[in-house]
Amino acid sequence: MTALVSVESLSAVATRDRTPILRDVSLTLERGEVRGLVGESGAGKSTLGKALLGILPATIRVTGGWLRFEGRDLLSLPAKELRRLRGQEITLIPQDPQTALNPARTISAQLGDVLRMKLGLSGSAQHARALELLEEVQIRDPARVLASYPHQLSGGMRQRVLIASAFAPGPKLVVADEPTTALDVTVQREILRLIRRMQERHGTAAIFITHDLGVVAKICDSVTLLYAGKVVEAGPAVDLFANPREPYTRALLAAGPRYDQPGHGMEPVPDAVLEPLRADYLASLLHG
Amino acid sequence: MVEVALTRAARPPAERRRLVAEPRVAMAGGFLLAVALIAVFAPWIAPKNPLEQDLMSASLPPAGFADAAPGFWLGTDDLGRDVLSRLVFGARIALTVSLISATLAGFVGSALGLAAGFYKGIVDKVVSRLVEIWMAFPPVLLSVLLVAVMGSGVVSVIAAIAVIDWTRFCRVVRTETQAQAARDFAMAAQAIGFSRAHILWREILPNVAPVIVALLSLEMGVAVVVEAILSFVGLSVSSDTPTWGGMIAEGRQVLHESWWVLVFPLAALFATVLAFNLLGAGLKRVLDPVMRR
Amino acid sequence: MVETLLEAKGIEVAYGPARRATRVLHSVDFRIGRGEMVGVVGESGSGKTTLGRALLRLTPLSAGSIRFDGKEIAHLGLKQMRPLRRRMQMIFQDPMASLNPRHTIRAILTAPLFLHGVAADARAAEARVRETLGLVGVPATALERYPHELSGGQRQRVGIARAALLKPDFVVADEIVSGLDASTQAQALRLLKDLSREMGLAMAFISHDLSVIRAVCDRVYVMRLGEVVEEGLCEAVFAAPQSPYTRLLIDAIPLPVVDPSWLDADLTKELT
Repeated sequence: MTALVSVESLSAVATRDRTPILRDVSLTLERGEVRGLVGESGAGKSTLGKALLGILPATIRVTGGWLRFEGRDLLSLPAKELRRLRGQEITLIPQDPQTALNPARTISAQLGDVLRMKLGLSGSAQHARALELLEEVQIRDPARVLASYPHQLSGGMRQRVLIASAFAPGPKLVVADEPTTALDVTVQREILRLIRRMQERHGTAAIFITHDLGVVAKICDSVTLLYAGKVVEAGPAVDLFANPREPYTRALLAAGPRYDQPGHGMEPVPDAVLEPLRADYLASLLHG
Repeated sequence: MVEVALTRAARPPAERRRLVAEPRVAMAGGFLLAVALIAVFAPWIAPKNPLEQDLMSASLPPAGFADAAPGFWLGTDDLGRDVLSRLVFGARIALTVSLISATLAGFVGSALGLAAGFYKGIVDKVVSRLVEIWMAFPPVLLSVLLVAVMGSGVVSVIAAIAVIDWTRFCRVVRTETQAQAARDFAMAAQAIGFSRAHILWREILPNVAPVIVALLSLEMGVAVVVEAILSFVGLSVSSDTPTWGGMIAEGRQVLHESWWVLVFPLAALFATVLAFNLLGAGLKRVLDPVMRR
Repeated sequence: MVETLLEAKGIEVAYGPARRATRVLHSVDFRIGRGEMVGVVGESGSGKTTLGRALLRLTPLSAGSIRFDGKEIAHLGLKQMRPLRRRMQMIFQDPMASLNPRHTIRAILTAPLFLHGVAADARAAEARVRETLGLVGVPATALERYPHELSGGQRQRVGIARAALLKPDFVVADEIVSGLDASTQAQALRLLKDLSREMGLAMAFISHDLSVIRAVCDRVYVMRLGEVVEEGLCEAVFAAPQSPYTRLLIDAIPLPVVDPSWLDADLTKELT
């Protein structure tokens, strides 16, 4: 049985100066699996997410490899097909609920867009479905929220709306791009719980992009750790956190502060660990 | 460029290069520089005396057309005066008026805007009220009134423009000052212990300066047009001194026989204002990203 | 018992017209001893940032008293505050916003020295600035640059350097490691801890991240909606939190340990 998503040796560079952004990245995703895509800033995780959604900017150019969704290579699909896939089979939960919603339109209008374009619903059917969706993401007063503008809702509420929007078309894959980074920690927990519930209920696979290893441990089945565009370690979450193989993984885990281990969290990743990774990056840079 | 000289802030060195590299600044700035030079050296550049009437050479078309006479490159008007020479001398009035009035309006407006935006409270209330009331006056009427009272002349025209347009500076500068004063670096300066006046002068003003500079350029364009309008209706300098607006007024009457008397000053006016606008837009683009980044 | 450096009682901060003012801080007490690192934790709207600014008299108080080194400063005017400013500094969250984009790093760092008469002349100021830059690990070549020409990490350190330059007794660090990579964050925390120890600096460390506070602070204040809900030694608060809100905050932190039950745990917060 083919995996839902299969990335094989994907490489990409910045169009202008050919700086490597992704180097030989491979990963697979089965139906219903939640994979965490982790790395520090600049590691390339956002780029990979964008590639999956087919929204790579013109400033980035793919130089090799395959990106298959249900067996089809997304990189060679015509734009029209990509547009149909995007927002239907593959959806996005964006990072910042504040900027992802149009401040000048009501929730009803924005959610309605998705329902109309992807599900062909309008009028009262659309309204009913919108109410259902909001209830599914545990919004207590869906009618009021539908009539509201984004600025009238809290960050957590806005994110729930975006999650509803992402699951509405019944996608096979949801790409969550740092969906809880801008939220308070207590709200984050609720949103993570919600995403996991929705994902389990709908059997949707998810790519969860984040820099927070703690979040990955709580919500992901498997993990892919990136450094400077290259996969450093990948595998089931249980294995990675219990027995990290690579020195970089261990160092990264040690660098983050933990309230159950005081004195932890002031050890930056040692140069000795970074050296081989940097050298490898430089080599890619020089060979173009 | 003259606008550059007006700012007091130290500018990052790379900016100088970037300023000239921006196409709008380079082209518009170059054009305006040329116009300024023409205006300054008018007596030497103008081929003929702009006031000299020669009825024998009246209404001659520009060079290249049938019946054109040598020496009158852009033709003559119905009194035999050389259009080119009048155009060149007209640039003097246009630039002098626009430079001085824009600077005056900019100075007064910016000073009040800075004070209102930074000190807030009663200062802001008073200035804002003043601006509101001032802007309620119909500008054209006000300028006509002023000129009527002060008599025609360059000084009256300059005063008329400055008196009306300072409000434009005041409002924009006030808003920008408020925005800058709310940023953390202003609070950081406060935390270090600098006085309010120091913060306004050394921290806020350099960050508001780019907006003022861009506005100045736009304002100069506006001033040129206002002067042209005033001279069009005969309320500007004395009718002897050639002005573009005056030339347009005269040219309007002989449009069908000698179109060149209208077209050339109109083109000069258009080009100059366009240049000021482009310069202002280009300056804003170059100077702002440094701050916003 | 550490000697108290700053003690604030009954701090109230409110904005807006008298009758319908929005209360941001309500009856807050705060105490910090010489050389102590005290954390202030809270979610958005907790008032932690406002508290930091109020302690430094950067925000006007509606009520309350602040005693700094025995002296009451809550009602001092600008002129009287100035000499005290040398002894109490702030490090801001966003160095891009807190460094004047139109000043060189040299200008930014030497200005405070001249203002407070700490440096006798330009040469002394330069020396002092270079020394401090060395302490925070920023190369001296940065002096010629403008803030936007430095990397994010370097800007962060310049912000720290600026605060440390005057050798203050008390520093408020407002969310200075939020949004940093794990590695960069670890470096910054290390730096702060070292500086604090070397200079005998008392530091109020404001953060929304309890784990970070646990790593560097001795004591912690937990804030919610403008009030202090719990206060105590980090060890004690984490081992046995008294307030249910503190409990909630601690439990909400995702540790890097796989634990499926974490998501399912019963959450007490009501949804609006």
